[in-house]
Amino acid sequence: MSAGVGVDLENLWIRFGDFVAVRDANVHIKGGDFFSFLGPSGCGKTTILRAVSGFLEPSEGNVLIGGNNMKGIGPNKRPTALIFQNLALFPLMKVWENITFSMEIKGASFAERRKRADELLDMIALPGQGDKLPSELSGGQKQRVAIARALCAEPDVLLLDEPLSALDLKLRQHMRTELREIQKRVGITFIYITHDQGEALTMSDNIAVMRDGVIDQIGDGKSIYNDPATPFAASFVGENNVFRGKVKKVIGNEALISTNRSGDLMARISSANHGKMNVGDDAMMFIRPEAFAIAPTGTQGDHFVTAQVTNEEFEGNAFNIFMEGDGGKELKVSLPNLGQSFESHKGEPLTLDYDVRNAVAVPAGELATE
Amino acid sequence: MSRSLKEFYNRNGVTMGSILLGLVLFWTVGLIILPQLSMLDFSFRPNLPPPEIGGPKDVYTLENYKHLVFGAEGAGQTYNSVDLSVFFRTIVAAIFVTIFNLILCYPIAYYLGQSKGNHIRVFALMLIIPYWINEILRAFALRIIFGQSGVLNTVLVSTGVFDQPFDFIRNDIALYAGLGYAYILLMIFPIYNVIESLDRNQIEAARDMGASWTRIHRRIVIPYAKPGISSGCTMVFMLSAGALAAPQILGGPSSLWFTQIIYQWFNQGGNWPQGAAYAVVLLVACIALVLAIMRLFKVNMGDIGK
Repeated sequence: MSAGVGVDLENLWIRFGDFVAVRDANVHIKGGDFFSFLGPSGCGKTTILRAVSGFLEPSEGNVLIGGNNMKGIGPNKRPTALIFQNLALFPLMKVWENITFSMEIKGASFAERRKRADELLDMIALPGQGDKLPSELSGGQKQRVAIARALCAEPDVLLLDEPLSALDLKLRQHMRTELREIQKRVGITFIYITHDQGEALTMSDNIAVMRDGVIDQIGDGKSIYNDPATPFAASFVGENNVFRGKVKKVIGNEALISTNRSGDLMARISSANHGKMNVGDDAMMFIRPEAFAIAPTGTQGDHFVTAQVTNEEFEGNAFNIFMEGDGGKELKVSLPNLGQSFESHKGEPLTLDYDVRNAVAVPAGELATE
Repeated sequence: MSRSLKEFYNRNGVTMGSILLGLVLFWTVGLIILPQLSMLDFSFRPNLPPPEIGGPKDVYTLENYKHLVFGAEGAGQTYNSVDLSVFFRTIVAAIFVTIFNLILCYPIAYYLGQSKGNHIRVFALMLIIPYWINEILRAFALRIIFGQSGVLNTVLVSTGVFDQPFDFIRNDIALYAGLGYAYILLMIFPIYNVIESLDRNQIEAARDMGASWTRIHRRIVIPYAKPGISSGCTMVFMLSAGALAAPQILGGPSSLWFTQIIYQWFNQGGNWPQGAAYAVVLLVACIALVLAIMRLFKVNMGDIGK
């Protein structure tokens, strides 16, 4: 299989009447990358996928696959294969016929198709199941057949539209690993659409976070999680605590934020916003639940937060403390369960300490609602 | 069987269950099976004046069936070539009408089934409303269109396509158009029903893999729509072979439909046993043909009901 064909979106706009589904998207996807578009439903990620696969002509801008402009080239002529959300296996064809449908189109002989089907069935760990009908397979098996069918066409780019969303949790987690392994084995570019940040983080080389047709941030999982560019990226990917306030002082790449309720707190300015945050600007500061530690009650300083504990819960791997928050939502603190004893603080004020490197400041903006 | 009956009673209660069961039995046995059996009985009896019915001459005979094959005794011919040729022509013409209808209706049903939006409802309504009009009136309306000085001829002659009016009726074009039009809905709706439930993604998936439109239809849409297609074809074939109004009104003077001969035996001839025999032959032939074709295309009886 030809590896390493990249995909570029250049100034891509997609409109449906007055509605703008995708607004000026510029993305460079490296060849052989596992690239995810992550965002809530309706953010335009599926629209982008349809533009790459050719089912949709962009209103403006270009889709390049392997450097070639795809304008006016239909889905059947593009070196892409699409895996649909509902898989869209052909119910009346046997599994092996499903898998080799793309070869049938090219006029391959029965023997060739049978042979290739057996190879692919071995690859997806379903040997000898070729003569079944799709309805006789389980959800995870159907999933793998859909992948094999798409790979049979030997595409340069595989497009996946939330293919795991119909599976139950256990299977979904198992399929993540499997998808990632298949991608490494075949070495082609995968473009993956999902609203599940766990899927995006575990599988992807790079992620584009999308909101309302706009790409907020592109980066690998670590940088998206640790160094969010926008309040949306910070609040959509993983759990996060938000503090609202204004920039009081900027020292290098750190800012002192005077928060609405928790006093002045120090935070690191996220790298996308270096030099862009000025004194007096509305700002948001994010600290992950796991980034806090308990400090002696009443300790003052620019990395201590004191608030009333409203609720506590034991989650098994962690002890969660909920406190009166700063951003309208309650503040969540997760203390990992390392066998220590947890002292209840319910109804009492509690002081938390954090490392400034784990607090991220970004210009104020829209938060994720989910 | 008894378990499903018990389940049926559990679900509907004894009173309601009995009423439903009684109505279904009355419908199938009282209104369909018994009258047909009585026709079958008629067909094996000689045509006797009322006083002799039940008398010594009233015995079962194959006379009526022989008449269809060999003609009246002493008529001096080996076969009843007139009636037989009408019989075969009716069957062949009904097959032709069915195929023509299928070719016409499949694209319409596909379009209706795969498009979304309100215009589909308007489209379906436009197909249905003409069927509020009586079948005979519709046939006469077609006669007006296809007649010697009808709308179609006026247009064709005035635009210079033809020098003189074309006789659509004598050439059976009006008849085939009438028969085709009469059962169009019975072809469209079963196919539409099936295609509507076909997942659009399957078509897109095939397109994504590079399949041409003909292959998409051949490998995905038509196999999926097979139950609807066979249901539609069966109904259209059965009804066209058994049609009476359209051939009576739109048929040319020389083209008799087999049902017209049956009608003549019952009405003008007053020979019910003879008419019954002809009707039984038509019914059995049509059923046999349908079953044979279903077998050929591997369609199950259960699929037709879908």
